Amino acid sequence: MEGQSLNTAIPKGWRNDAHAKAAGRAKYTDDLKFARLLHAAPVYSEFVHARILGISTEDAAKSPGVVSVLTARDVPGSNSFGQIIRDYRIFADDKIRFNGDVVAMVVAETRDLAIRAAALVRVEAEVLPAVLDPEEALKPGSILVHESHGSNLVNTHRVRRGDVDKGFRQADFVIEENFRTQSIEHAYMEPEVAVSVPRQDGVIEVYGSMQHPFSTRRFVAACLGVPLSSIEIVGTPMGGGFGGKDDTAAIVCARTALAASLLGRPVKLMYRRDWSIRESYKRHPYRVTYKMGVTQGGLITAVQCRILADGGAYCSVTPWVTWRSTVQCCGPYVVENVHCDTFGVYTNNVVAGAMRGFGSPQMNFVVEQMVEVAAARVGISGIEFRRRNMVRQGSVTITGQKLDTHKVAMSEVLDAVLREADYEKKLARCSHGRSDGDELYGIGLAMSYRGVSLGAEGVDFCAAVINVQPDGSILLEVGVHENGQGAESAMSLLAAAELGVHIGRIRYRRASTSTVPDSGTTVASRGTIMGGGAVTVAATELKQKMAEVVCERLQCTAQEVRFENDLLLGYGARSITFDESIRLMFQAQRFPYVCGVFKAPRTSWDEHSGKGDAYFTWVYGCQAAELTVNKKTGKVRLLSATAAHDVGRAVNPEMVRGQIFGGMAMAVGYALHEEVRSKDGRITTLNLNMYRIPRSTDLPEMKAIIVENPDPQSPSGAKALGEPTTEILAPAIANAVFHATGRREFALPIKLSAVPEELSEEDCRL
Amino acid sequence: MKLNINGRDMEVADAVGERKLINFLRDDLDLTGAKNACDIGACGACTILVDDAPSKICIKRVKDIAGHRVLTIEGMAAPDGILHPLQQAFVELGAIQCGFCTPGMILVAHAFLLREPNATREQIRKAINGNLCRCTGYQQIIDAIEQAAVHYRSPKAQETPVARAASPALQP
Repeated sequence: MEGQSLNTAIPKGWRNDAHAKAAGRAKYTDDLKFARLLHAAPVYSEFVHARILGISTEDAAKSPGVVSVLTARDVPGSNSFGQIIRDYRIFADDKIRFNGDVVAMVVAETRDLAIRAAALVRVEAEVLPAVLDPEEALKPGSILVHESHGSNLVNTHRVRRGDVDKGFRQADFVIEENFRTQSIEHAYMEPEVAVSVPRQDGVIEVYGSMQHPFSTRRFVAACLGVPLSSIEIVGTPMGGGFGGKDDTAAIVCARTALAASLLGRPVKLMYRRDWSIRESYKRHPYRVTYKMGVTQGGLITAVQCRILADGGAYCSVTPWVTWRSTVQCCGPYVVENVHCDTFGVYTNNVVAGAMRGFGSPQMNFVVEQMVEVAAARVGISGIEFRRRNMVRQGSVTITGQKLDTHKVAMSEVLDAVLREADYEKKLARCSHGRSDGDELYGIGLAMSYRGVSLGAEGVDFCAAVINVQPDGSILLEVGVHENGQGAESAMSLLAAAELGVHIGRIRYRRASTSTVPDSGTTVASRGTIMGGGAVTVAATELKQKMAEVVCERLQCTAQEVRFENDLLLGYGARSITFDESIRLMFQAQRFPYVCGVFKAPRTSWDEHSGKGDAYFTWVYGCQAAELTVNKKTGKVRLLSATAAHDVGRAVNPEMVRGQIFGGMAMAVGYALHEEVRSKDGRITTLNLNMYRIPRSTDLPEMKAIIVENPDPQSPSGAKALGEPTTEILAPAIANAVFHATGRREFALPIKLSAVPEELSEEDCRL
Repeated sequence: MKLNINGRDMEVADAVGERKLINFLRDDLDLTGAKNACDIGACGACTILVDDAPSKICIKRVKDIAGHRVLTIEGMAAPDGILHPLQQAFVELGAIQCGFCTPGMILVAHAFLLREPNATREQIRKAINGNLCRCTGYQQIIDAIEQAAVHYRSPKAQETPVARAASPALQP
């Protein structure tokens, strides 16, 4: 890549925001100060499923310091919204569909006064029976969460490939298991927060913790019934998202914008942790029935699976999450005969939506255990079984996509982990339920491939604006959002490398929905590939413009001008500084301003047959975990975790490593600790003392191996990383637990009681 | 009531003593580095140092720091903005992602290294166990603390925070 060497001069771990964050100077939304600021508090009800008869706000309105109490009646535009089905409400109006529904919002002079008054709002409602089990919800005659929808079925997806009956007939063994995964909270350290500020020109400015500025703007504008140009979402440092600051975060913004617009004063809504856990959407709990046919030779002949996802009370992105599960339902394996049926279901549970992984952690927990079960049945190692079935260069996926546009690096990442973890040697030492002391030892691994970015169900494009100032300094703005992952830094590094300039020249402009084209959402691990693509396209266009102006002086053609070390180089030793060339551009009245657009290459999907080129490229990852299980207590202690990921190109290696470590940590929580628990539809794990995310002492030393195979279809060569890092450690841990105890765990989180001394024959079967 | 925050003496009315400390620092003094993420002392994002010992201030009152020496994250860097070696290590080793836990994490590590400049990785891991981070998996945070420990082994380290804290640059 041209100018890439320049990045070596950049300080290790460079981030444009690190200094401010280390110094405590970074201002997150709740840190911002505004004159005459009002504070809001949401009002919940005791109900899980109920028809609203009346909401009385009089007592709350009379409470000290209260300025206003808002309900659905106060929404001038649309009270309902949703990216796929508009079934979610800014304020619950007809019904309460889950315990996190907000019926009203109190606005007061201080937050304490708002919270105090919120308790005085009374909801009169007719209690309806709640449906909390997704299987029950699908039965005919079930209570309906949305009567107008006609059933509780949100969506279905399917894959039909080959002939599964024939496939099972060809099999020497047929294995069938049932798996369950749990509801998971994102637990971003910063709870939802937004401040809306009425500007004198009529625009409402919104500062908030959301990873989705453009769709937030759509929801806010629709809620207020105003054009998009009347709302400006201003990028603000954000304390983590992990997919979780999408729908709910947008509603929080919309509520403050509504209040600010009605009251003519800035309004802040800062969530308490219990409100956040109660109301925000979660990772979908899954129930999966999985049947796999294999030959004596260790080849998979058929897979049949049924996937049931509890989407909770509103649609959110359940159809998209379950689509990824469907497309990737066989893991990174070639299977000729596949029959997969997937159901997204409404219940009166907390809403489920996007969370890092987006439908893959659940399926990988299933598939990566199934292959080991199958391997054991055949009598070969799980590694050998994987090698015989995994995708290779030119393989065709279960949806009929030929993997030939990029390097298929499945064996490369697998080999890297085996080597680094000394896996096969350690595998031979596993306890399999027997040890002299109290500790049982095990190691396990899992691997995956993952479709990058939105795939065939989304419109996938991104814009970047490079605006060089008359003195040669550069303003950069890209339609991706800084969620904490280092997106702005990656974009800046790519721009610097592509333009052959020092990073100090680049100033990432504070993001705003009013200055850069709507580029969709910073989700689906698409930030680097899509944003980076746009930056690379923009930089290429800028270089062309600059070269046209200076090529004559450099005694070469525009195509021959090279950009290196803040210089433009031409024929022989001829060169001109970047600054001087910009001066010449302004002199020639050619503005060094470009808007580069990267459109994702074509993808396709046929919903009926479940066939298509689902994603335009794929990434490959493998992770291993080493652990002990205490025989007496069942306590799992992690000893090490090792990961290898093909990222295409590592733009900012320290940040790449950070994504890998963070993703693995989140997967440890998924595997062993985390579960949003409810009683009768009401969440009980409402704060971080009850909902236990991994602490430093829950985690082992981790190793990250970066594999780079630049993708020809990605202008920057970079692919994706955020989500693959968190989708395979749970099955790796489950496999390690099996190798330690001799018992397989089919449900998450893995809860081991004391391991029995002697295994029954039934236990040894697996 | 006498307070000493980042080396600066100040006096507040006794009534202020009953206020929540985190609100006082964030709202009145604009020291917003301490974050309120759980409000029950479960996550450590609000950590400051009181007489060099970590304190989770979302569950404290202003009166709890009366007569004590307080260091917040805003008091760690030099007045000219040069980062403390510990902060610099966080930057260089990729220990910062979203940054929300960073102030508390740095202060806990600072207090620990003042006491245990020769700490092992395992001791460092234990020392930060009360501070939650959802982004990093703690790996690079531990790397950073381990690297910065070198600084705390030099005699200069013990005087640095005091000298820094005495500077008037970080006025409330």
